[in-house]
Amino acid sequence: MQRLFLSLLSGALFGAGLFVSGMTDTTKVQGWLDVFGNWDPTLAFVMGGAIVPMFIAWRLTSGRRPLVGGDFPAPPRPEMDHRLITGSVLFGMGWGLAGLCPGPAIASLSYNGSGGLIFMGTMLLGMVAAPIFGRQLDGLAAKV
Amino acid sequence: MEMDWIWGLVGGGLIGLGGAVFLLGNGRIMGASGILGGLVDGTGRGNFTERLVFLLGVVVTPMLLLPLYKDGVDTHMTSNIAVIIAAGLLVGIGTRIANGCTSGHGVCGISRLSLRGIVATVFYILAGGLTIALFRHILGVI
Repeated sequence: MQRLFLSLLSGALFGAGLFVSGMTDTTKVQGWLDVFGNWDPTLAFVMGGAIVPMFIAWRLTSGRRPLVGGDFPAPPRPEMDHRLITGSVLFGMGWGLAGLCPGPAIASLSYNGSGGLIFMGTMLLGMVAAPIFGRQLDGLAAKV
Repeated sequence: MEMDWIWGLVGGGLIGLGGAVFLLGNGRIMGASGILGGLVDGTGRGNFTERLVFLLGVVVTPMLLLPLYKDGVDTHMTSNIAVIIAAGLLVGIGTRIANGCTSGHGVCGISRLSLRGIVATVFYILAGGLTIALFRHILGVI
């Protein structure tokens, strides 16, 4: 029960943050990526504002356990691979095209009209199909 | 414009707090694509309800805040269906292959000084910037 309450609280804070920061406005996201146009720095403030509490949170994990028990996530792997790079490039292309990434797409679901629903539907389709593309990519990488 | 920065910082702080609650409380990384992806591809069967409740929070809070904005909130979503479909597919496939998006790799990864998180963020920002440059300034599609 405590786990579910904390999960709801976390999601509520995340949704509120995405909403008040303006990150569900696609022009703000595209504006940040548009260095050759009318550049909008808002996203950098959002990122910076989010990284500070998270940095402190990561510091607090050492020598402790999560409130509900269990373990904290394992340390990040140091190595880069073709999946990380290719996946990030594909994601960035879609992010630029529509000005939406998964968090804001979820947060704006109730007020982003049919376009938001179509984006959500195709994003979920992409997520389900991703393992197939991932295996193709592994095959290609093995040949290179 | 100045207000945009302040609200950006405030909103960012709330996003970071959400991530801190998920990490220190449940011992998990708050990544939107991972939490949602695990629900639809079957990898998140073990903690299905935890994921669902998180997503419920993300959807419902903006609904509760929306009435406070008298002029409403415009997402300025493109009306070009082909662009929406292509973007949705790319975001869905890309985030799952890279195992993270702006919240997972960006917020949670960078704050942990994870090299993978930093590299992923550099690549999706570069790809996004080049996409805008090409489709807006050269092709004039978006």
